[in-house]
Amino acid sequence: MSQPPPDRTDFIHSEEFLSGLMKRQLKLSISCASAFLILLFGLPLMNYLAPGFMAQRVGGFTLTWLILGVLFFPYVWIIAKWFIVRSMALENAEVKTAADGNKRSS
Amino acid sequence: MNIDPWILAFSAVTVLVTIIMGFRSAKSSKSASDFFVAGRSVSVGWNASAISGEYLSAASFMGIAGMVMLSGYDALWYPVCYACGYLFLLLFIAGPLRRFGAYTIPDFAEGRFDSPVFRKIAVCFVLFIGFFYTMPQMKGAGTTLAYIFPGLPYWVGVAVVGAVITLNVALGGMKGITLVQAVQYWIKMFAISVPIFVLLSVYGGYGKNLSLNKSSADSPPAIVQTVDPANTTRTERLALPEKAPKDEAWIAPFGPLTTKAAKASGLSAEEARPLSLLYTVSLIVALVCGTAGLPHILVRFYTNPDGVAAKKTTMWVMILIGVFYVFPPIFGVLGRNFLPELYDATGSKGPDKVVLELPILIRQKYGILGSILSGITCAGAFAAFMSTFSGLLVSMTSALAHDVYGRMLRPGASAEDRMRMFKWCAILVGGVSVALGAMVEPLEINFMVGQAFAIAAASYFPLLFMSVWWRGMTMKGAATGMLTGGLCALGSATIVNASTLALDKGPMGKLFAGFGGINEFWVAHPLLRILAEQPAIWSVPLSIGLMIVVSKATRKSIPSDVRMKMLVLHAPEALGLKQEYIQEHQGAGH
Repeated sequence: MSQPPPDRTDFIHSEEFLSGLMKRQLKLSISCASAFLILLFGLPLMNYLAPGFMAQRVGGFTLTWLILGVLFFPYVWIIAKWFIVRSMALENAEVKTAADGNKRSS
Repeated sequence: MNIDPWILAFSAVTVLVTIIMGFRSAKSSKSASDFFVAGRSVSVGWNASAISGEYLSAASFMGIAGMVMLSGYDALWYPVCYACGYLFLLLFIAGPLRRFGAYTIPDFAEGRFDSPVFRKIAVCFVLFIGFFYTMPQMKGAGTTLAYIFPGLPYWVGVAVVGAVITLNVALGGMKGITLVQAVQYWIKMFAISVPIFVLLSVYGGYGKNLSLNKSSADSPPAIVQTVDPANTTRTERLALPEKAPKDEAWIAPFGPLTTKAAKASGLSAEEARPLSLLYTVSLIVALVCGTAGLPHILVRFYTNPDGVAAKKTTMWVMILIGVFYVFPPIFGVLGRNFLPELYDATGSKGPDKVVLELPILIRQKYGILGSILSGITCAGAFAAFMSTFSGLLVSMTSALAHDVYGRMLRPGASAEDRMRMFKWCAILVGGVSVALGAMVEPLEINFMVGQAFAIAAASYFPLLFMSVWWRGMTMKGAATGMLTGGLCALGSATIVNASTLALDKGPMGKLFAGFGGINEFWVAHPLLRILAEQPAIWSVPLSIGLMIVVSKATRKSIPSDVRMKMLVLHAPEALGLKQEYIQEHQGAGH
């Protein structure tokens, strides 16, 4: 990869800061996405592998209908809320890291 | 046939309020920036309502209920993925995109790769996806008007609604639209939930109505329903016509929707199951990735004041639309039990109108209340297709006026010229949408929207996802992947629609008769039919794969300031890197 010569030498513009930043963000996003994908692809797989179990009645619904038609939504809200709280905390921490890093490098 | 005055009144009020609000706020939008992205000063609550209002289209309001009635369990994936796709947007795309700052996705495409050529390629997909998305909205319009005015030809409804909205957008712009969209969300929410609460109190709960459909796992005694004389609610449903799917297939996964192709080829139930699973997974990929790549939704993220607000907005959008999406399937379940005659009809008289017609049933018992509730759902349907069509019209018109005219044809055009062009482009796009919409009466509303999502999933989603998270991406890689994946999805959706229209018994069947031969091919190759009907499972990996391979091969052309771009995309806005980036670019003569 051809990188331009860094025109600024402070910590914020360093490779170290950027790769750390992206790695932490991606890690958070992927962990939240996994929680979502497990249910998203797990449900059709359960329907496929254990149709009798998923067809049992829960208050008139079949179990799989109850999960997909109703319970899926709150599950996703919880993931979203968790992500937002964590990512805002992450941003604040990054601002602090950047400030500390700049102090060190100057 | 006579016209129900209540239904007419509610619908007319919705249309009038929409138009008046559009005109009023048009006065307050002055600059070109106001016109395109609402001056970027919309609060979280308003913006979340506006995004939800724009998103909840005719497919959500009418199409889901129709599809659940027709196909049962499998159709539930649509509302769930429409709502939950937003999570993907939130996790991977919303924050970085907002930090980067640009009016539209083509702006992002150009800025990320410093390539005006790429902008031109990216603009095409705003139009491709947009037109695919307007077709079902137009069907919603035609269906609703044909319901309100019995006997009115389908295409007249399409033309009238298309003309009204086009005029509104040409005069209002997006500033007007934000307010209108936000109000329309609440109209839709009210219109879908209130009739449901009344209907459920009359006909028994959601679960109870579902239990009237026995599944193969139910033991025989459990399904015997008794009529309790002390309880006035009905516990027995009407007899299903011949064309309706059987209970066991309807209520269980891998039912009529996902096994259609395999059944047409005469495969046994056991042989069809893996194909159904494939269909389901591909549908999920299309809807979840497609949500994260819808141009008319993404443009609204730029109307947030900062990245934190963009995230909060997404959270609220997920809650607002998630609550909404619990309701439409209930209409489908009740429709199956109490309006089974819709199974025998097709086009604008078929299950797609169950939301409009169902509340009428309680007229026998509560008289006028039935008409009022049906009027409310009609008003909601108007809000649905009007808001989505306006939003699409704005983003397609912006693409034409802002990108094609303002940047390609006449880069030196004055702001006044651009504003005038915006109006002409709106009329052009509106006209094409009406023409396309008039052709699709035989297709299901919800199915067509799913196709628009599949195209977005194979074009914009890989572009945004990879450009945000992978530094090694080059313009050539991005363009190759987006074009190939997107056009493959577009092509297969078009072929499937043409072959379905060829089967129609009405005028469209004659128009598309030349495509009838494809149906014989589908019968011989059920797997290919499924892959063409739900292309996301191969087109999304194809697009991403090409992006990686071509980018690696052209790694010399990685933008020289890619590290700075990545910093702008990912670093917290408090660090002020965006301003620095803009200054550097201006200094460098950009």
